[in-house]
Amino acid sequence: MNKSPKLVCKNVWKLYGDKPKEFLQSHNYNPDKRIIEENGYIQAIRNATLEVYENEILVIMGLSGSGKSTLVRCMSRLVDPTVGEIFFENIDMGRLTKNELIEIRRHKMGMVFQHFALFPHRTVIENIAFPLEVQGINRAEREKSAMEIIDLVGLQGRENYFPKELSGGQQQRVGIGRSLAVKPELWFLDEPFSALDPLIRKEMQNEFLKIQNSLKKTIIFITHDFDEAIKLADRIIIMNEGRIVQIGSPEDLIMKPADDYVKEFTEDLPRERLLSVKSIMNNQKQPSNALTVYEDEKIFSILEKVLSEGSVSVIDRSNNIVGSLNRETVSRFINN
Amino acid sequence: MRKTKISNKIIFISLTFLTLLLYWYGKEIANYFDSKWLVKYPKHYSFPFAIYTTTFVKWLINEANFLLFTFNDLTRLFAWIIEQPYKIVLAIFSKGILRGQGQDAIQIIEPLSWISVVGIFFTLALYTKDKFLIILVVLSIVYLAVFDQWQSSMITLSSIIIAVPIGVILGILFGILSYKSKILEKIITPILDLMQTVPVFAYLVPILVMFGFGPVSALIATIIYAMPPMVRTTLLALNNIDPQLKESGLMSGCTERQLMWKVLIPVSKPTLLIGVNQVIMLSLNMVIIASMIGAGGLGYDVLASLRRLDIGGGIESGIAIVVIAIALDRLSQSFANLPTLSKKTQLTFYNKYKKIIFLLLYIISIYILGYFFTFFKFFPNELMINTSLFWEELVKYININYFDNLESFKITLLTFFMLPIKKFFLGIPWPWFIFVLTIIGWYFGKFKLALLCLVMSIFIVTTGLWEKAMITLYLCGSSVIIASIIGIPLGVWAGLNDRANKILTAFIDTLQTLPSFVYLIPVVMLFRVGDFTAMIAVILYALAPAVRYTAHGVRNINSQIIEAALISGCSQRQLLFKIKLPLALPEILLGINQTIMLALSMLVITALVGTRDLGQEVYIGLTKADIGRGLVAGLCVAFISIIADRIIKAGSNKLKNKYGIK
Ligand SMILES: Nc1ncnc2c1ncn2[C@@H]1O[C@H](COP(=O)(O)OP(=O)(O)OP(=O)(O)O)[C@@H](O)[C@H]1O
Ligand SMILES: [Mg+2]
Repeated sequence: MNKSPKLVCKNVWKLYGDKPKEFLQSHNYNPDKRIIEENGYIQAIRNATLEVYENEILVIMGLSGSGKSTLVRCMSRLVDPTVGEIFFENIDMGRLTKNELIEIRRHKMGMVFQHFALFPHRTVIENIAFPLEVQGINRAEREKSAMEIIDLVGLQGRENYFPKELSGGQQQRVGIGRSLAVKPELWFLDEPFSALDPLIRKEMQNEFLKIQNSLKKTIIFITHDFDEAIKLADRIIIMNEGRIVQIGSPEDLIMKPADDYVKEFTEDLPRERLLSVKSIMNNQKQPSNALTVYEDEKIFSILEKVLSEGSVSVIDRSNNIVGSLNRETVSRFINN
Repeated sequence: MRKTKISNKIIFISLTFLTLLLYWYGKEIANYFDSKWLVKYPKHYSFPFAIYTTTFVKWLINEANFLLFTFNDLTRLFAWIIEQPYKIVLAIFSKGILRGQGQDAIQIIEPLSWISVVGIFFTLALYTKDKFLIILVVLSIVYLAVFDQWQSSMITLSSIIIAVPIGVILGILFGILSYKSKILEKIITPILDLMQTVPVFAYLVPILVMFGFGPVSALIATIIYAMPPMVRTTLLALNNIDPQLKESGLMSGCTERQLMWKVLIPVSKPTLLIGVNQVIMLSLNMVIIASMIGAGGLGYDVLASLRRLDIGGGIESGIAIVVIAIALDRLSQSFANLPTLSKKTQLTFYNKYKKIIFLLLYIISIYILGYFFTFFKFFPNELMINTSLFWEELVKYININYFDNLESFKITLLTFFMLPIKKFFLGIPWPWFIFVLTIIGWYFGKFKLALLCLVMSIFIVTTGLWEKAMITLYLCGSSVIIASIIGIPLGVWAGLNDRANKILTAFIDTLQTLPSFVYLIPVVMLFRVGDFTAMIAVILYALAPAVRYTAHGVRNINSQIIEAALISGCSQRQLLFKIKLPLALPEILLGINQTIMLALSMLVITALVGTRDLGQEVYIGLTKADIGRGLVAGLCVAFISIIADRIIKAGSNKLKNKYGIK
């Protein structure tokens, strides 16, 4: 993964209420949540700092009202942050003029919405071609591009339907298609699959991964659903009451939760299916055991081996011993 | 909690008691203290609002000058802008293209013949694909020709064709502006409130003075009257758009203008079309009233017949207006409900405009045929049906055979119902009335509402129109009471019974399409002039919302609540009185509120049958072209309806909050 940041947020705050900027200033840019609420403000984002790397899938998680949507809307400048800076490809978004912002949205950003937000008065193809239409691209050309996207999202044959004639899953395919029409580099998805049935959701997640594999975009993806997060994420951000509580890989969150809130999030997960051997192994390189397991194997796949053998060596993919694992460690892991 | 409830009750009872006491003995008390001003506001203390208003408007018209142009230039420009399209439409439908002036003018191209107009409406109705509607619309237009109302109908239709688009476009523009700027919204909303509550008659005079007698003035009055709901609808539609939809437009890279015209407005289209329907109906409502300042057409016919006491003629023209109203209402409603269906294939030019091409060919061939057969030009006189004699005979018959019954009915209601109410309102000393009103305002809406009640009622007193205002209240009150007594049970019935609901809805929809003026015609025939006649007309006009809201309230109670009540062992009767009616009460209150609003607007029109209330004052202002007098009295009416509206809405909200329903 290329580790250069595509988008950077620095100390971003968003308060709702009357004259929030002055309020923050008069409280030294660090008021208590209690003080904020006593003064009649709503704290939507509290001092968020983060980087989004090129081509990664960054998933934002948190309970309802924790500020996920607001954070993403600050990044796309649909919402102006109260204070703080946001850099997109090293450009300070706060300094952009209206027209520059429109230009960026026309060429570099796309967004998918939870409730699809399709234009009900436009057919599928007109919806998908809409971002091209507002750029002034002529009809033949934009419909040609739109048809390619219709193929990509699997809506062939439905291009002249109106949104209300489609199922939920199909509607979100249109939403995805529309957000991809301008070939964006930064792709926002705000709970894109939450409104769908579980089966369709699964299908759409796979489809989404397939699209990402061929397009390689930088993605910021909001979800409620930890399973979905694990399946898709390179890194996960956990938010609570407007604060970023933890940023890390799925394994980090499970193994080293920053606080009880994160722990609660990860508690009920089938951890043996999510974690690899590496995260619980013993670093002492015991002399070679007859039995070995790879460090990046998921724990559930080696359970039987360890429990029956008592102790195994852990090796990396080039067969160097990197640690060991015994029955006690594993049973303790399973039981808590 | 308990405690405040009890003390509220005590205050309420003692206020009522004191009010009754003052009503019975107010005069004596005033006499005793030798302070007659308590009962009758002294004339020399009244503030001459009317004179100032007149002076101001006169100054505006004659002298006001905005450096580059005068106010007068401005009004002339408006008039000119509206006049041009009107002339064209009038030429197409009614006058034809003329050469020469006045009497010597010769028609070089004839207006559309009746068959062509039928064709136009047929084509319009075709788009709705509703067979019943197509038949209804075609029959309505044919009716106008058969019953010899063609000439006047086309003049009326032309003014509608001009007033509606202008009203809609202006309405949408103002709606957009107030959507974009919170400040503008704050300015526009109270203006809309006033425009919708100040009776039409009141602003006819200034329009008359500014634009002169004639169709242009009538058009302007119509537009002013019909536009406010369009502004409100637009604002409402825009504010109710799913924010995600707006965001998706922005993220697609829309500029502000593209967002408005490619996303927000098209998305609001279904709601906007409902607004268009309202504009059409209000424009039609103005047809008769606008003829007072020169509209001509059917409205003029009705008015002239009423003045001549030509019963038959009045009914004939009135029915023609109703026919047009029903046709246009249904037509615009089904356009609003038109479903969008997928275009599975791209349409060719021909397929897309097939209907219009056919229509044009049809009109041209009718023109050509018209040269050879007059039937295609004019509906033949021999086939026309004249009903005015029939109506006259009918009314005569009723009056001869049922005069005694009608008269005793009228006298009973007058003596035992209306007069006591009248005495009550006129008897209460005005300071006490204002005091109680302010307290009520306080109870429902705290400081803001109390202040509103206080200021507005003091305005009414200081204009010297208190007594007339009380007569307005009495007429409005009696009508609303009877309308509620009839309307609420009907509404409950419609709420409980699907069959009843269907029938009543159809009936009420029709009642509501009728222009307010039309109600006067039959009532005057039966009861002649006076307060009673006015009341009956007002009841008929204002009945609909009482029924509609009650039915809606009873119908829309959460079904789980009803199930819970049934499980608890409620009988149907208990269910109705213990559950449904209390829960429907907020909605019923809103219905009564609407009834009051309609009653007040109708009351002004009933001035024509000789009431002595504020409406009469407004009407006198109109007939004497006294700008100030009409406007000030109109403002008083507006204030009464605003006070009633705010108090009842606050009450309804209070109840809703108490029950936790939205
Ligand atoms: N326009 C607004 N005005 C006032 N408060 C707002 C506004 N938008 C969001 N908020 C508040 O900001 C907080 C964060 O909202 P946000 O929509 O970002 O949460 P979320 O994490 O996306 O929740 P969900 O999972 O329900 O979508 C909430 O408390 C919300 O009430
Ligand atoms: Mg959200």
